[in-house]
Amino acid sequence: MSVGRRLSQVKVGEELPPLDVPLTAAIIVGGAIASRDYTPVHHDRSAAQATGMSDVFMNILTTNGYVGRFVTDWAGPDATIRKVAIKLGAPNLPGDTMKLRGRVAKVDAQAGQVEVEVVAKNNWGDHATGSVTLALPR
Amino acid sequence: MPDRALEQAFAAYVGQPFGPPEQGRDPVNEPMIRQWCDAMGDQNPVYWDAGAAAKSAHGGVVAPPTMLQAWILSGWRMASADRPPQDRQEELHALFQQHGYTGVVATNCEQEYARYLKPGERVRAEAVIEAISEEKVTALGTGYFIVTRTTFRSDAGDAVGSMLFRVLRFKPEKRPEAQPAAGAAPAKPGRIPPLRGHDNGWWWEAIDRGEILIQKCSGCGALRHPPRPMCPECQSTEWGTTPCAGHGSVHSHVVMHHPPMPGYDFPVAIALIDLAEGTRLVANIVDCPFEEIHIGMKVEASIEEMGGVKMPVFRRIG
Repeated sequence: MSVGRRLSQVKVGEELPPLDVPLTAAIIVGGAIASRDYTPVHHDRSAAQATGMSDVFMNILTTNGYVGRFVTDWAGPDATIRKVAIKLGAPNLPGDTMKLRGRVAKVDAQAGQVEVEVVAKNNWGDHATGSVTLALPR
Repeated sequence: MPDRALEQAFAAYVGQPFGPPEQGRDPVNEPMIRQWCDAMGDQNPVYWDAGAAAKSAHGGVVAPPTMLQAWILSGWRMASADRPPQDRQEELHALFQQHGYTGVVATNCEQEYARYLKPGERVRAEAVIEAISEEKVTALGTGYFIVTRTTFRSDAGDAVGSMLFRVLRFKPEKRPEAQPAAGAAPAKPGRIPPLRGHDNGWWWEAIDRGEILIQKCSGCGALRHPPRPMCPECQSTEWGTTPCAGHGSVHSHVVMHHPPMPGYDFPVAIALIDLAEGTRLVANIVDCPFEEIHIGMKVEASIEEMGGVKMPVFRRIG
């Protein structure tokens, strides 16, 4: 991960280093279990298929976890995430790739915060779109 | 048609807590944090390296903020599909299920973090069914959005974070491909024709003949559009028409991307046109790059068949 960003270095429009996550069953099942989400559709293929999906699909906590990681990979260990707001779309399935992209949308020097627009795309479309608000050291 | 029986039944749930606060089974702990970081590929040292964390803005090891809900989920218990509802939220979902709203998809998740949690802290969650929408038609099917809000508190009682969660419960749309292959694909739907009523049918009949007309009050001579039975100036209900030359300028405009309507090539430019005669008309602007459309742009009308319906459309002139 990068050394980290300070508020004074960040400008609106700055793009975050892209992150491509090849999606495996291990990531999907592992993420669900690590978040203590044993809902069958996230670990049991036949349960997922009963809902019309082709395979197990990623739970929301894992999506949030990846969005948080994507932003702090860029922002560094001194950043503090204040808010993650996402709209959910195309499910993440094994064999696909989740492509995370981000861009600084707002810098609030007074509050010491920045807002990053994030999109996570897969082969179906937008898996998640939204924004992350984080405080950075000055 | 909205399901009135269902709507009456679910109204009782709005504003209700799920039940008593949900206590996290285990305190915030490093093994669960490490397992989470492994699954997320998260190498931020503040989540596991005591030395690096102490030197950081966090002053010590903290849990990833996005892990908030993991501290209160019930884990293994969630795996049994046939268990009876455990709280009001599950009762509510069972109610939707019984009424045929078998589909469920999460659409929004918004989490705010007042502070990061440290190993050893216990978390509890107070969740409320905040709102249920009116019936909505979506691409997945007809259904209702359910909004819940959860406040997470530490054992000290302070609110460490909150979550807004929105899900759609829907009746899955019958997909065309699910029908037996009896022949060609169903015909692509065309445009929805304008509604023609007693008060405006004459205007569309003129369009069919290739004329744009403007309604004119027989009492005071004021022009008006869209057509209506009474003059807003003098309240006369006597009226005639005057021809419109089809010249005007853009008063306001929008490029519509969503939701796509049948029979149009989206995106489409829609403008409010100031006609030279003084009334305004809403119509599509065609053959003009969207970024060049601007307020005041001179335009000229023609009547064309678009998607099976005759319509006035405008093109840039000059």
